[in-house]
Amino acid sequence: MSAVLPTAPATIVPRVGLLSVKSWGAVFAAIIFVAVLMPVLNLLVPAGSALHASDYAVQLVAKIMCYAICALAMDLIWGYTGILSLGHGVFFALGGYAMGMYLMRQIGSDGQYRLPMPDFMVFLNWKEFPWTWGVSDSFIAQMLLVVLVPGLLAFVFGYFAFRSRIKGVYFSIITQAMTYAAMLLFFRNETGFGGNNGFTDFKRILDVPIATPSMRMLLFVITGLTLIGFFLFARWLVSSKFGRVLQAIRDAETRVMFTGYDPLRYKLAIWVISAVMCGIAGALYVPQVGIINPGEMSPAASIEIAIWAAVGGRGTLIGPIIGAFFVNGAKSWFTQAFPEFWLYFLGALFIAVTIFLPQGIIGLVRRKKDAT
Amino acid sequence: MRWLVLLLSALVLAAPARALTPAEARSLATGEVESRITALNAVLPSADEKTVALIQAMSDDAVKFTDTAVFVMKDGKGYDPVTGAEAPVPEAAEDVVNNNEMRSELDAALASIKLFATDDAVRTEAVKTLAGGEISEAKLPLIEKAYAKESVPSIKDAIGRVRSAMLLGSADKAKRLAAAQALAATGTPATKTLLLDRLKVETEPDVKSAVEAALRSIEGRLAWGERLGVIFTGISLGSILLLVALGLAITYGLMGVINMAHGELMMIGAYATYVIQNVFKTYFPGAFDYYVLLAIPASFLAAALVGAVLERVVIRWLYGRPLETLLATWGISLVLQQGVRSIFGAQNVPVENPAWLSGGVDVMSNLTLPFNRLAIIAFAVLVLAGVSALIARTRLGLFVRGVTQNRKMAACMGVNTARIDTYAFALGSGIAGLAGCALSQVGNVGPDLGQGYIVDSFMVVVLGGVGQLAGTVYAAVGLGVLNKLLEGWQGAVLAKIMVLVFIVIFIQKRPQGIFAMKGRSAEA
Amino acid sequence: MNPSRRQAGKSLTAVALGLAALGYSSFAAAADTIKVGVLHSLSGTMAISETVLKDTVLMAIDEINAKGGLLGKKLEPVVVDPASNWPLFAEKAKQLIGQDKVVVTFGCWTSVSRKSVLPVYEELNSLLFYPVQYEGEELSKNVFYTGAAPNQQAIPAVEYLMSKAGGGAKRWVLLGTDYVYPRTTNKILRAFLHSKGVKDEDIVETYTPFGHSDYQTIVADIKKFAAGGKTAVVSTINGDSNVPFYKELGNAGLKAKDVPVVAFSVGEEELRGVDTKPLVGHLAAWNYFQSIKAPANTEFIKKWSAYAKAKGIAGHKDKPLTNDPMEATYIGINMWAQAVKKAGSTDTDKVIAAMGGQTFPAPSGITSMMDPKNHHLHKSVFIGEIKADGQFNVVWKTPGPVKAQPWSPYIPENKGKKDEPDLMAKK
Repeated sequence: MSAVLPTAPATIVPRVGLLSVKSWGAVFAAIIFVAVLMPVLNLLVPAGSALHASDYAVQLVAKIMCYAICALAMDLIWGYTGILSLGHGVFFALGGYAMGMYLMRQIGSDGQYRLPMPDFMVFLNWKEFPWTWGVSDSFIAQMLLVVLVPGLLAFVFGYFAFRSRIKGVYFSIITQAMTYAAMLLFFRNETGFGGNNGFTDFKRILDVPIATPSMRMLLFVITGLTLIGFFLFARWLVSSKFGRVLQAIRDAETRVMFTGYDPLRYKLAIWVISAVMCGIAGALYVPQVGIINPGEMSPAASIEIAIWAAVGGRGTLIGPIIGAFFVNGAKSWFTQAFPEFWLYFLGALFIAVTIFLPQGIIGLVRRKKDAT
Repeated sequence: MRWLVLLLSALVLAAPARALTPAEARSLATGEVESRITALNAVLPSADEKTVALIQAMSDDAVKFTDTAVFVMKDGKGYDPVTGAEAPVPEAAEDVVNNNEMRSELDAALASIKLFATDDAVRTEAVKTLAGGEISEAKLPLIEKAYAKESVPSIKDAIGRVRSAMLLGSADKAKRLAAAQALAATGTPATKTLLLDRLKVETEPDVKSAVEAALRSIEGRLAWGERLGVIFTGISLGSILLLVALGLAITYGLMGVINMAHGELMMIGAYATYVIQNVFKTYFPGAFDYYVLLAIPASFLAAALVGAVLERVVIRWLYGRPLETLLATWGISLVLQQGVRSIFGAQNVPVENPAWLSGGVDVMSNLTLPFNRLAIIAFAVLVLAGVSALIARTRLGLFVRGVTQNRKMAACMGVNTARIDTYAFALGSGIAGLAGCALSQVGNVGPDLGQGYIVDSFMVVVLGGVGQLAGTVYAAVGLGVLNKLLEGWQGAVLAKIMVLVFIVIFIQKRPQGIFAMKGRSAEA
Repeated sequence: MNPSRRQAGKSLTAVALGLAALGYSSFAAAADTIKVGVLHSLSGTMAISETVLKDTVLMAIDEINAKGGLLGKKLEPVVVDPASNWPLFAEKAKQLIGQDKVVVTFGCWTSVSRKSVLPVYEELNSLLFYPVQYEGEELSKNVFYTGAAPNQQAIPAVEYLMSKAGGGAKRWVLLGTDYVYPRTTNKILRAFLHSKGVKDEDIVETYTPFGHSDYQTIVADIKKFAAGGKTAVVSTINGDSNVPFYKELGNAGLKAKDVPVVAFSVGEEELRGVDTKPLVGHLAAWNYFQSIKAPANTEFIKKWSAYAKAKGIAGHKDKPLTNDPMEATYIGINMWAQAVKKAGSTDTDKVIAAMGGQTFPAPSGITSMMDPKNHHLHKSVFIGEIKADGQFNVVWKTPGPVKAQPWSPYIPENKGKKDEPDLMAKK
């Protein structure tokens, strides 16, 4: 008989109130760090000092925070509802593209060709904007699209998938198909989203220049606060009755059906919520990283989101955030120190975590705590 | 220039053959292209067999030269073009290099000489070359002479067609009419263009209608060629998809494991082929064309071995947790890719087609079936037959089927399910290796080989269902043909997207795929 | 792997900063090396092409250091791997300039990667040397383009194919991978063909995605199109897809003398992975071929072979190949070193001023010159036919070096553009 490792069910600890006192303290500390400490260290402390937070560090942490939001979203659907999506990158990218369209319009006539159209449309010989760009010069409208487009795609895809009761591995595979098809579509220059070049060279947001330290810090703070806000939101969600049903669906879906709940509604709801979260993360990512390109929709990128959640610890909400920081931090370090070994490390991480650490880092910490 | 060559060569029959001089040999082999062509035209009318041999050697890129002498190379030895005696080739001798223009001239010169050769096969080839080249009236006298002299009926017909193509522009109306009617029997794109051009300037009504009739019949034939072409490309793609997805279908059907490292197992098979090719190149250069025959079992074994190791070391611990297996096998795929990069380098590696797999067979004038694709289709059929026989008729296959349908019951009956898992996984991986071997003959071999096919193989498995192998076959061939039909309509990318969307929708309607497993097995 | 001394540098930096709690200036400025950044993909899809450029930079740095370095200091390479990931390029660029304090970077290959790092170099006022042929339509004060612009590669190639020696082509298939370089190049070529009297119905433009491998339908379409008249194919297919394309072409019986294919992204390195027998006679257009006979080239190939053997570079240690981007990189770094000596400093603006007019004996046999104003090299154009051994036989070349036109005159929107970078930084 092949060996079977015991998988302890994720414990559902009844909470009084949303979080424990210690956890609220941690949240508060995080808010101070993001909104006060980092701005001070970056903007006010002089560049040569040991305490200065470099622009590079700020941007790196901001990028990882956006990824952490995705990891959080993944935890909601995988850790708590048992749906493994290998295509969440498409929602991240769609939100990013929606924001990117607005930023491209904001370039105005400062592109290489000094025309009011983005450069890639000029070399495609297009004289007017396609219908998809209809509202792209309005900030409010594009921000709505950041939420609506991933949400709508998730709704349609999820509705049909969950209604046919597609589950498990089949579902994961068709999410791969979805993101792959989207990636191919966006790589086409004729689709009107910049093809392989994507969107880049952003200048302004709301007519304020993007490349200034203060704007960067502002985006950093917004990203950080969004992450914390989503964390609290997710915490509230899973502690509610809705969250209980989700976890029941994860553990025994057929039984839930027999008890009278319609899993379709719950799964669809959490699916759309997590897609919108990813979309917002994408929208925050783009102005800070400065480029969006269909590579974000690649199947490999989506699979990485799953590993952040797995490494950190599924079903814990804080775990995936830690996982995202850990894996991306390691990636940054490896690709400069030992570039050839990065993929070995990542691959080994996938294998080790699934076999030895099914509970992730949080599980490891908890075991140590229980042991002492 | 070319018409001059051929007009002059028409005099070949009349003019006596003159021996090649060393100066002429030099002017043919060295110097600027323009002067070499002039020299070629000069020697052609009175070419003797030595001259012809030199021209042939130049066309075969087998001539070297130094400041003083020219050498015709054969089997590594140099021969003097004038006397035929062997001559030592100095180290500093350079190769005679031809550009496209020179090559065309050499081919035309050779064809015109060969039109009067004694060997039937040589004459047939010569007509083919001339028919494929430019059709110009200047060649007409030569063609008429050859037509008159020709005795073999099939070759006479071929020459007749070339003649008709030239006569289409003649001043004589009766000749044009006869030519148009004769051309209706051909089906080449070149004649179609000729007829179209003729139609624009033709004034005589009956010739015009004859041309139009000929056009219609040619277009009909060409349309068939195109339709068959699309079907062939679809089947070819389908055969590749089948090879790629077959192994995956077996492992998924048996263990419920979608192996994300499947693409890398294919890559291992392809690299095994590369290694075997190199071994043959270094140690058995004479038998190089047969390296593929050894590469097939080698790639199977290499991939099967890796697969067996993976199953024992990693996948076994994740039994019953398909989602984790997915992630773990993805991790394995990353490690395998990077491993291959470290050993072989990040670059693609060259895998040459053996001679019998290069080129193609011309079924129709606009339909060439490449040998390598035909071979892959045949190979896919063989592999399919082998695997079905294995599953249906051997003990191993019996156990595999049993464990797939009801693992616990099979275990109760004494089947060592753990070992069956390993064997089945090794089998699936071995088939992936065979797919890699096949892919090495049509595309790139590099560390990224697997990534290009992984989504496709999943789609085929998901669509086909895991009840029977037939599902995989129908899904693979169906998707291949569908993809090619759509590609002709909308282009490659949109075709692929439409196929993916189609699969997603199909799965909504029929989540188990085309051939589902019967019985009370619980949800996937 | 390159024994980067970053690790040592990093720990020393940490120690030094720990001691310097009083707003000491950063460690890097006090170091006695000049840091040179290398921003090429060492993994991912572009690794195939870019890894060898990293090695070329390292070789050149070793050479310069052996001669005593620059301004009395040794050059120190800082190698990072952006892993063919375009956003990562920008991040690594920021790291190189902001953290590692490099004074110049040699990097990028695809236009996407260059466009994603361009804002970084402009904002932080650093220098980038870009060695690959590209589509033009860009001119930045902070970048020196040592690769070919379309008028130094694409247009001469098409002119050659139109000529009798090149086959006298009348119909054109413009086949490319779907991204900015082929799109822009084909736009320029179409306008050029129009100017030579070629009609739209004799031009067909097709694009395939990156990594596309099934060219059956496209080759069948080319065959059909070629029946209408002497056809030439201009291929801007990139990278991996070239192999299946050429294989399909060969098997379908389309010989080079009937339908010649000229490629702009196929060089010695790309042919390494291909069975070249069916490709004999097809063409490529570059500013450098390994088979060019010139003393500077013999010297360059010798140096590279020795270096590759000594460092055990995969693939090159047994069969050393040199190609156009390597030559461009080599010229670039040597010209930069000369400019630094002339300016007496590594300050970006001083070096930019000293770069104009620099000359260097190029391996391609000409004396390469950096244009005084437009940040591009004057380059000769060579057309080569593929030989059975994977090398090229040069069949045509321009009489002398051609000055680059980064703003192509064939794109109407370029009217009135100056042939020098906008000195007002785009903030």
